Amino acid sequence: MPLPSRVLVVIPAFNEEATLAGVVEEVRAALPSADVLVVDDCSADATRAVALTTAAQVLTLPINLGVGGAMRAGFRYALRYGYDAVLQVDGDGQHDPQDAPRLIAALADADLVIGARFAGTGDYDVRGPRRWAMRLLARTLSRVTGARLTDATSGFRVCNGRTLELFARHYPAEYLGDTVETLVIVARAGLTVAQVPVTMRDRAGGQPSQSPVRAAVYLLRVVLALGLGRLRRYDFAEGVKVPV
Amino acid sequence: MNDVKIVSLVGGIAIVLVMVELLRRRQLKEKYAVLWLAVALAVAVLAVAPGLLDAVAGRLSVADPVNLLLFVGMLVLLSVCVHLSWECSRLEDETRSLAEEVALLRNQVEQREPPS
Repeated sequence: MPLPSRVLVVIPAFNEEATLAGVVEEVRAALPSADVLVVDDCSADATRAVALTTAAQVLTLPINLGVGGAMRAGFRYALRYGYDAVLQVDGDGQHDPQDAPRLIAALADADLVIGARFAGTGDYDVRGPRRWAMRLLARTLSRVTGARLTDATSGFRVCNGRTLELFARHYPAEYLGDTVETLVIVARAGLTVAQVPVTMRDRAGGQPSQSPVRAAVYLLRVVLALGLGRLRRYDFAEGVKVPV
Repeated sequence: MNDVKIVSLVGGIAIVLVMVELLRRRQLKEKYAVLWLAVALAVAVLAVAPGLLDAVAGRLSVADPVNLLLFVGMLVLLSVCVHLSWECSRLEDETRSLAEEVALLRNQVEQREPPS
């Protein structure tokens, strides 16, 4: 597959005023030829004002739609202005844009590339339902996509033109829909997925919850997201009904 | 006419009147009103002719006609709930698309050196 010529970096941002400007700077340094789009998901803080001080284009959602909603707005922007790849980077600074060129280079062999934490370097002990959920995710998604995926819920990913056209139509807004379900959609559309190991930096705040009840709920939601991805009807034909 | 008949008849007529009034004030879409009008009419008919319920229950081998009434009532309410969830999901989808479009248009209006 040819490498993309016009890459759009989409940064979904919800209350990221502290880290956003730095992330945009880093992205521009790592990918000088790419355009940057910040999607402000109806933040309560100064995210929009901060975004407007940077060189990025800014989409301001009038209501909070979640990561999936913000990303679909980004995909529609990319389609409207003729980009042939979209790179998603979190606004909280946990993704290192230095890894971005390697992700984009991997588009030579895949339609969607996931930046994954190094497999096996867990610095906290995962047990019980959360461990089952992670195993179920890794196994099911590896089987569905035919690629070895260890970190399916990573929000550091890049997709090419075909995938982006599909995403502009079908990008779930539900929790886990934007990560887990999209992988199932991509596989069902006959597109290929690859994984590239990247380093993740510490998030400014927030640790994954260790409570067994929440982990069990998480497991249920994983099963639901996987099931919905298999069940739902999607429009896979190319070039139809894209509201651009 | 006994008391039960009068109460259910008044109830049925009241629902019809409320629906007509809501429709007249354009507070209710026709598609929702039709259902409730049908329910109200059914209540009124059963109030006037309770023998009808007994006959149908007998035909369906339901021992107590009241059970049939409750069962049908629950089915109707359940389908109304499902219908409303469906409408709600559709509205959320439409809202989402509108929000995206508003964001795209606002970006265009503000014209920050648009991409070539």
